[in-house]
Amino acid sequence: MQVTIAHLKRGEQGIITDVSSAHIPLKLLEMGCLPGNTVELLQVAPFQDPMYLNINGTHLAIRKETASHILIEKIIHE
Amino acid sequence: MSKQINVALIGNPNTGKTSVFNALTGLHQKVGNYPGITVEKKEGICKLPRGVKAHIIDLPGTYSLNASSLDENVVIELLLNKTDKDYPDVAIVVSDVENLKRNLLLFTQIKDLEIPCILVINMSDRMRYKGISLDIDYLEKQLETKIALISTRKNEGIDTLKQLITNYKELSITPCLHASEIDKDYFDRLRQAFPNQLLYKLWLVITQDVNFGKTNRQEIEAIASFKTKSKEDLKRLQQKETIKRYQFINNTLKKGQTIDASQAKGLRANLDRVLTHKVWGYVIFAFILLTIFQAIYDWSSVPMDFIDSTFASLSEWTKNALPAGAFTNLIAEGIIPGLGGIVIFIPQIAFLFLFIAVLEESGYMSRVVFLMDRIMRRFGLSGKSVVPLISGTACAIPAIMATRNIESWKERLITILVTPFTTCAARLPVYLIIIALVIPEGRILGLSYQALTLMLLYLIGFGTAIFSAYLLNKVLKIKNKSFFVVEMPNYKLPLIKNVALTVLEKTKSFVFGAGKIILAISIVLWFLASYGPGENFNNAEEIVKTEYASQNLSEDEINQKVASQKLEHSYIGITGRAIEPVIRPLGYDWKIGIAIVSSFAAREVFVGTLATIYSVGNDEEETIKNKMAKEINPITGGPLFTLASGISLLLFYAFAMQCMSTLAIVKRETNSWKWPTLQLIIMTAIAYIAALIAYQFLK
Repeated sequence: MQVTIAHLKRGEQGIITDVSSAHIPLKLLEMGCLPGNTVELLQVAPFQDPMYLNINGTHLAIRKETASHILIEKIIHE
Repeated sequence: MSKQINVALIGNPNTGKTSVFNALTGLHQKVGNYPGITVEKKEGICKLPRGVKAHIIDLPGTYSLNASSLDENVVIELLLNKTDKDYPDVAIVVSDVENLKRNLLLFTQIKDLEIPCILVINMSDRMRYKGISLDIDYLEKQLETKIALISTRKNEGIDTLKQLITNYKELSITPCLHASEIDKDYFDRLRQAFPNQLLYKLWLVITQDVNFGKTNRQEIEAIASFKTKSKEDLKRLQQKETIKRYQFINNTLKKGQTIDASQAKGLRANLDRVLTHKVWGYVIFAFILLTIFQAIYDWSSVPMDFIDSTFASLSEWTKNALPAGAFTNLIAEGIIPGLGGIVIFIPQIAFLFLFIAVLEESGYMSRVVFLMDRIMRRFGLSGKSVVPLISGTACAIPAIMATRNIESWKERLITILVTPFTTCAARLPVYLIIIALVIPEGRILGLSYQALTLMLLYLIGFGTAIFSAYLLNKVLKIKNKSFFVVEMPNYKLPLIKNVALTVLEKTKSFVFGAGKIILAISIVLWFLASYGPGENFNNAEEIVKTEYASQNLSEDEINQKVASQKLEHSYIGITGRAIEPVIRPLGYDWKIGIAIVSSFAAREVFVGTLATIYSVGNDEEETIKNKMAKEINPITGGPLFTLASGISLLLFYAFAMQCMSTLAIVKRETNSWKWPTLQLIIMTAIAYIAALIAYQFLK
C-alpha cells in the first residue's frame, strides 16, 4: 500500500515523494506541496478531516481526499 | 508638475500588504471597483522625498500569477497590459519574513515580466522571536533587486522603502532565474514565433484564461495556436516550472537566511492546541459568536435610538423651518426619513465589520474554516461558507462578496443561493414591531416569549439556509471538483489602524451602495402616496368633510381622515387594492400589501411604509404600534394584527427575497440572471406558502 499524507497521525512527519498532478490543484503546488519537501501533520478536525499541515514551513489545511493523492515516505524518529 | 510614479503593491495573502499600503498612503486612499466587476480597487497617493508623488494600487492578494479567481485575474491582467493607465513603473512585492520561501515564488514570476521590482520583507519585528537572520546584500544580489526590511507594526523601514521608490529607475529588470529551461525546445519555438514578445508573458497567455482586453486580438489568436500541447502536458509543465522556481529559492535562502529553531517560541502551536481542539475549539467558537450577537443587538441599540430620534427631530425641524409646500414635504417626509432608514443601520453594520475584521486580522477565521469544513460539507457547503453565513446576519451583500475565496464553484454557488435566508439586520425592524404587536408578554423559564420568538426566527433563518443547501446539493448537477486549501496564518494582534480603516471603508461603501437604492425608493414611494388620479383623491378634503359633517370631529381627527382618504385613492392605494386578492389568504389587507410591495426594494422600508400609510404624523414607535393595533380586519371585523396574521407576516419576511441589492449582487457574482431569478421565485414561493399555511392554520 502506498503511504500518503492521509495516513499520517498527529505529530508525524514525512517527505513528499510524488504528487499526482491530475488531482492536485496548481495552487497547492505553489504553496510548497512538492516532491522533496517535508510535511508534518499538526492537527486534525473531527473524523480526521480536514488536516492541518506544515508543508515546507507553510501552514495550511486541506481535505483528506486531497491529502490521499500526495505520496510520502514517513520519517521515523527513534 | 512632475510625473507621478505608478506603483503596484503585490503579495501573498496574510503578508501585511494592506498594512504597507496604509503605512504609505495613510488616509489618502480611495476604494472603488474595477470596471464591470465587483473586485475592490484600492488606490492611494504617497508623498515621496523631493516633491515626487507616487500613485499606489493595492492589488488583490495572490499566491502566484497563475490566476484561479476573479480577484487574482485583476493582478495578472494589469501586469500584462503595458498600455493600461495603471501599469506600474515599479512593483513592490510584499513578503512576510516567516514565509519568505513561499512568498518568493510570486516574486520570481514578477521578475520574469521584467518589471522593476522592490522586495519588501515585512514583519521584521518577528525575526527575533523566530531566530531568523538574513544576509540582505547576498539576497539583493541573487534576486536582482533592492530589499526593504520593514515592520509596519513598529513603523520601521517605511522611509527606506519610500527612498527606493523614488529611485526606481536604478532597479534591475533582469529575471533572477531561467524558467524556460524546463522545456528548451518548446520555448525556443515560441521565442522564434514571437521575437518581439516577452517569453514569460507568452507563457502566461497560453496557460491562463485571462481576458486580455487591451492586447492585439490577432496576436492572441496567433499565440493560441501555440497551445499545441494538451492541457495535461501544460499542467505538467507548470508543475515543472514551480519546482524549478522553488529549487532556485531554496538555494538562495540556504545561504541568505539562517533560522535558529531553538530561539523560536511556539505561541502558534499552543494557541492552536486550544482553538482547533475537537471540543474546546467549538466551545470557543460558539462563545465568540454569542459575544458578536450580543454586541450587535445590545450595544448598538444606544446609538441607534439616538440616530432615530435625531432624524425624527430633523424632519420636524425641516417642516417648520422651510416654507410649506410639496418640496418641503418631499424633504421632510420622503428624503429625511429615507436617509434615516439607512443611517440607523450604521452602528450594527460597523460592529459586525469590526468583529469580522478582528477575526480575520488575528488569523482566527482560518481556524473556524478548518473546524467547520467537515460539518458544512454534509450540506454541500465549504468550511469557507461559515464567513458569509455569519456576515449574512448583518447584510447579505458583503456576505455574498465574501464567498469569492471558495474554490469549488458548486459550493460557492450554493453558499450564494442560501445566504439570503440568514436573518439580516434589515429584517430586524420588521420582526421587532410585529412581535411587539402579536406575541403576548409572558415568560417561560425566565425567558420572555417575545425574546424567544426572535431567537426562533434566527434559528428558522439559519436552519432554512442549511436545509436548502442540502437540497440544492442533491438537485444541482454541477461537475464538482471539490478542492479546498486554506492557509493557516500566524496569530497576530490586529493593528488598530488596519481594523479602523476596514470598518470605515466597508461601512461607507454599504451606506452609499445600499443607501442610494433606499433613498430612491423612499422618494418614489412618497410621490406615489402623495398624488393620485381622479376626484376621490383631488377632492379628498370635501368628501371627508361631507361624510363626517354630523360627527363633530376635532381638526386633528379630520386631518387624519383626509390623509387616509387621500392615501386610499393615491397611486399607491390603487395598486394596493389591485393586489389585495392575492394577499388576503395570508391575512393581510391592502395596506400591508403596499408595505410588502414597497419593501421588495429593501425590507426595512416595511415599517416606514406602514408608518406613512397609517397616517401617523410623527415617527414615535409607540404611536405606529398603537395605530397598527387598532386596525380592523374588514372581513372578520376583529383586529387586523392577530397572532395568525402576525406569525404569517413574520414567516413571510423570514423567507421572502425582499432585497433588490442582493439580487443585483448575485447577478454580478454568478454572471447570469438565471440564479437571482430562481432565487427570487423560489424564496417568494416558500414565503407565500409558509405564510398561507400559518394563517389558515392559526386563524
